[in-house]
Amino acid sequence: MTKETKPQTIAQKIIAHHCSRDYVSEGEIVEASVDLVLVNDITAPIAIEEFKKIGTGKVFDREKIAMVPDHFAPNKDIKSAQQCRVMREFAREYDIKNYFEVGSMGIEHALLPEMGLVLPGDLVIGADSHTCTYGALGAASTGVGSTDAAVAMATGKLWFMVPRTIKFVYDGDLKKWVTGKDLILYTIGLVGVDGALYKSMEFSGPAVSSLSMDSRFTMSNMAIEAGGKFGIFDVDDKTEEYLRDRTDRSYRQFSSGHDVEYEKIYDIDCSNIELQVAAPHLPSNTKNAKDVKNVKIDQVIIGSCTNGRIEDLGIAAEILRGKKVNKNIRTIVIPATQKIYLEALKRGYIEIFINSGCAVSTPTCGPCLGGHMGVLTSGERAVSTTNRNFVGRMGHPDSEVYLSGPAVAAASAVAGRIAIPEEVM
Amino acid sequence: MIVKDRVIKYGDNIDTDVIIPARYLNTADSKELALHCFEDLDTDFKEKVKERKIIVAGSNFGCGSSREHAPLSIKESGVKAVIAVSFARIFFRNAINIGLPVIASAQASESLKDGDEIEIDFSSGIIRNTSSGDVFKVNPLPDFIQKIIKSGGYINYIRENRGK
Repeated sequence: MTKETKPQTIAQKIIAHHCSRDYVSEGEIVEASVDLVLVNDITAPIAIEEFKKIGTGKVFDREKIAMVPDHFAPNKDIKSAQQCRVMREFAREYDIKNYFEVGSMGIEHALLPEMGLVLPGDLVIGADSHTCTYGALGAASTGVGSTDAAVAMATGKLWFMVPRTIKFVYDGDLKKWVTGKDLILYTIGLVGVDGALYKSMEFSGPAVSSLSMDSRFTMSNMAIEAGGKFGIFDVDDKTEEYLRDRTDRSYRQFSSGHDVEYEKIYDIDCSNIELQVAAPHLPSNTKNAKDVKNVKIDQVIIGSCTNGRIEDLGIAAEILRGKKVNKNIRTIVIPATQKIYLEALKRGYIEIFINSGCAVSTPTCGPCLGGHMGVLTSGERAVSTTNRNFVGRMGHPDSEVYLSGPAVAAASAVAGRIAIPEEVM
Repeated sequence: MIVKDRVIKYGDNIDTDVIIPARYLNTADSKELALHCFEDLDTDFKEKVKERKIIVAGSNFGCGSSREHAPLSIKESGVKAVIAVSFARIFFRNAINIGLPVIASAQASESLKDGDEIEIDFSSGIIRNTSSGDVFKVNPLPDFIQKIIKSGGYINYIRENRGK
């Protein structure tokens, strides 16, 4: 078999396409053109400093850079205000089209797909590890550091090692309340936090065809928590439906060849997957939520680039409707974008949240990384729909985070301890 | 390049949140970041690093965030190299890009102990434990990555090669 006819994975095909070749081999290092470069208020200041050192004096394409002040914005302190200013002034100076100011800003990985800025077949890099989220759209997208982002902003190109691929085939019907979050937590528990290190994760099978786009974004989002470079889904009717009215840019659809040699294939029967939590201090430390019900909590967070979308808010609202959150805990709901916030308002979710005693916030990454809007102190414990539960992730190094999907988070908010919906409904 | 120093040993999955907690990410000043390096993992790190400037760790070093602040704070702390069983991919890229030497070697990482004095010869890929006499041979990095290292980081590499 010649190189040209050897079957390739989606990851290989997208990378090959972006370096104008028919074939790239796994393990090879190539320089490829990128379709979009993302930076945020944490990573932009270093990227801008490095960009200036390169000395091109201009960005490669003012329409292919996205700048989102979402981590410590709306500005949480004076230093954060300064970091946001550095990015804002750069965006003005270079006339960056996709700079999103507070007010139109949302959490980057919910916002960019919503704005139609990422399409199937795109090669996207972002100076944020959860840039892998856009794999849900059939894009090859991955997190990099600020220096990589700087080089890509200046040249439109970056070096990539072509990854090997691990395929995950999901079959069986999902249990009630189970969403993409439970599937991906279960998967990370199965393979470990480095189980897909440097690999492209391909999510497929009958069960993922039935998943909503929101659940797919959640799964791709957490590919990095298994060490993955990409977390890619095939494009189907749901993807196309999602993209309708969001873009008029044409796109190319890639899928893996039938005879591709995967590094490994996991067959996962979803009918056995219960609602999951990841106990401190690794996302792979997964357990069935019903088995850790005695764990008391101080705070619940519903939001983030992982689970701040309308499906997540809908599930939380269904559980919280007509109930009060436990008086001993703080429950904070953060719609991921302004559009999601407005939709939640129209559907009555926000009224449900406020009536049940939740705080509802404008979009921000804030509490997920212990920035603001829900930082934990020593000895405190949260159930959170976010993506990481490392030591000190949400604040004090002696605090703890249990990761979950929106159903467990909402039920736990009512119970004041880790709970599943059946206990509170 | 030859680096000779003593080892600070850490475990598996040393994540970016313990390398540099997000509460300090409201600055990009590497000197300020270095004041808090490894703060949530090892409160003695600042003392240790005065005498020992090579970190040896387990698998998946640097997992988590894309924050370049993590390798920057390690480098600014005076650390001369990090040896680990394996590295998380973004951390590995970032370290190469900013010129923090990183070496993946399961054999060396598992064998080396806290306080060992070691010598790393980057050109020959040899790690020598001068405390015990053990020698470890490291697989060379791909050519392209070696070029970035030789240029002293990715920005320098791009500047040198732009327009070629």
